[in-house]
Amino acid sequence: MSAQVTGAQSLVKSLESAGVDVMFGIPGGAILPAYDPIFDSSIRHILVRHEQGAGHAATGYAQATGRVGVCIATSGPGATNLVTPLADAQMDSVPVVAITGQVASGAIGTDAFQEADIRGITMPVTKHNFLITDPRDIPRAIAEAFHIAGTGRPGAVLVDIAKDALTTMTDFNWPTSLSLPGYNPVMEPTAQSVLDAAALIAESKSPVLYVGGGMIKSNASAELMKLAELTGAPVVTTLMALGSFPDSHPQHLGMPGMHGTVAAVTSLQKADLLITLGARFDDRVTGKLSSFAPNAKIIHADIDPAEIGKNRIVDVALVGDLKATINALLPALQKQFAKSKPDLTAWWQLCNSWRAKYPLGFDEPTDGTVSPQYVIQRLGQIAGPDAIYVAGVGQHQMWSSQFVNYEKPRTWINSGGLGTMGFAVPAAMGAKVGAPDTVVWAIDGDGCFQMTNQELVTCALNNIPIKVAIINNESLGMVRQWQTLFYNQRYSNTDLHSKRIPDFAKLAEAMGCVGLRCESKEDVDRVINEAMAINDRPVVVDFSVHRDAMVWPMVAAGTSNDDIVVAKSMAPIWDSQEL
Amino acid sequence: MSTHTLSVLVENSPGVLARIASLFARRGYNIDSLAVGPTEDPNVSRMTIVVNVEGHALSQVIQQTDKLINVLSIIELDPIASVQRELLLVKVSTSPETRSQVLETVQLFRAKVVDVAQDAVTIEATGNSEKIQALLRVLEPYGIKELVQSGLVAMERGLKPGKSQQPDHD
Repeated sequence: MSAQVTGAQSLVKSLESAGVDVMFGIPGGAILPAYDPIFDSSIRHILVRHEQGAGHAATGYAQATGRVGVCIATSGPGATNLVTPLADAQMDSVPVVAITGQVASGAIGTDAFQEADIRGITMPVTKHNFLITDPRDIPRAIAEAFHIAGTGRPGAVLVDIAKDALTTMTDFNWPTSLSLPGYNPVMEPTAQSVLDAAALIAESKSPVLYVGGGMIKSNASAELMKLAELTGAPVVTTLMALGSFPDSHPQHLGMPGMHGTVAAVTSLQKADLLITLGARFDDRVTGKLSSFAPNAKIIHADIDPAEIGKNRIVDVALVGDLKATINALLPALQKQFAKSKPDLTAWWQLCNSWRAKYPLGFDEPTDGTVSPQYVIQRLGQIAGPDAIYVAGVGQHQMWSSQFVNYEKPRTWINSGGLGTMGFAVPAAMGAKVGAPDTVVWAIDGDGCFQMTNQELVTCALNNIPIKVAIINNESLGMVRQWQTLFYNQRYSNTDLHSKRIPDFAKLAEAMGCVGLRCESKEDVDRVINEAMAINDRPVVVDFSVHRDAMVWPMVAAGTSNDDIVVAKSMAPIWDSQEL
Repeated sequence: MSTHTLSVLVENSPGVLARIASLFARRGYNIDSLAVGPTEDPNVSRMTIVVNVEGHALSQVIQQTDKLINVLSIIELDPIASVQRELLLVKVSTSPETRSQVLETVQLFRAKVVDVAQDAVTIEATGNSEKIQALLRVLEPYGIKELVQSGLVAMERGLKPGKSQQPDHD
């Protein structure tokens, strides 16, 4: 039996039926009918201060929990403010559903007040989207949106609902089955591809497990550990995969890519086989594509068949969910290894030599200022591997990837693909809502922080006690680093003066948070511990750091990974037998 | 670069054409022609898309298109194992002296005259791209006043896979 309800009530019932427990949003004209039943709903609605914050919060929630994150906004500017977080979520394959109000169906196309064609606008940055003008379509669209966002390769889905569809009476019928004939994600790789992969692994003398963000999406860390230990191969985890394999594990060589470890980058370059697991040969990992891993055969496991061969031609494609793929691969490999198992001793000697010769490190500034890397390293050590770390984009993000040890999946959240400055504060808010008993540190830059810090008001008012470490070098640091290296130290428009204005501690206090400052190395531990002890309010620490610190190692954009530089004008010196 | 004909079955829902066009635009695939129309199933439309891509990029075009939720299936049609047709309407200048020559050409190409005016005839022709181009070459000297051409539509030869090979006599 179905009862007569308004479209708005049907929407809220649908969201409840989809299992939504929290959503982030801001009301406005076109979505207003939905906010009336939201008032009575079991769903917790968190009133943010900017729709972009709602979108990144949904992303942070989704990355921390593995569930679908939800944000809601009105038509026009409310909806367009969601474009950046939707593009961000889609690039990083994060399951997010956005609900937007639309002007009444009769007004669509007339340039009505607060009208924007958000379905058209978000088409290129979502996995799928809907425009609903008939209230009878609401339950099915919501059910399909959550299914599409959360299954296969996860992504962003937008449901745009015309205002009159929300106000008209309709029947509420939650669909018991979905009809998506064009959407059938492949979950299991073919038996033949598994055998082919096992055969390649069994003959490889210098393999590397190249692990991407899909490992975290697939919740396959336990399976990865079995595969790593069975093969004995070195493991590299990309920026999106940090935590899927423990940093402390002896087989872990670190992160590959533009700011990866020498050992991780070089192992890919010298490998004879890449066992690629949920990674996508992104340009920040491969460097100049034509010179990437020149001697390697490629096994590519991914749930998205369109990733196969997109950037690199593969030898064996394993299309399917990673957990199922590894579970199929393990017995096949055991059979192969029973016949013959390659000796990786020589390969490990090489990998270990790179690791020993070029460990991650940083120079202490000589002028008495604090090194940003030291702050981040201490933060990671004090907050420990159980905390969740959320970064913005830039130098602080790279240092956070390098100098915090990640031991568990879903403890590192960042904007990898889109590189969205301002991601950290709202995403940390979402992560904390999803994992309220976990310590959540946003590690942010002074540039990033000034883009989205208004969500600290939301945190303060809604009992979301996140901690924010501003790594304040009073610059757009990564841009400044490129200006140092590639633009003759002409610092055009990268000086933010943020040690003078704003006063971050006062700003934090004004937003209902605790504001702390740290200006000397001796105070770093004390201030971190002080922040760790505050759990009833958000806390912001302004760490004043050396402004000329740079992120090393570095593979300059568009160059070969072979040209990795470990410090300014310092390339690794290879022994002749390594070349 | 080479030309490939893709036959795409899509859900007949609003915005599908925009999704396909947007995908091709943002991934930098070149569309030579695109034709869309209903099929035997009112819920399903067929698009015939002619793309011009490098060899290995073709599988990317197919995979990325197949990823769209509203795309039900996509196959590349082999030019030999498929029937491919374009429709041409062309208005050709004629004078009393040339009209009979133009009409002769129409007959040779098994085309049709669909409109006649004092100084022009309008010709309808269907065929594969080569035939249409050949017809236009022959007509050009008489003076082409206006022409319109459809995108290519195409279909696999033989019966649909899975259907009975026996003709139905009911």
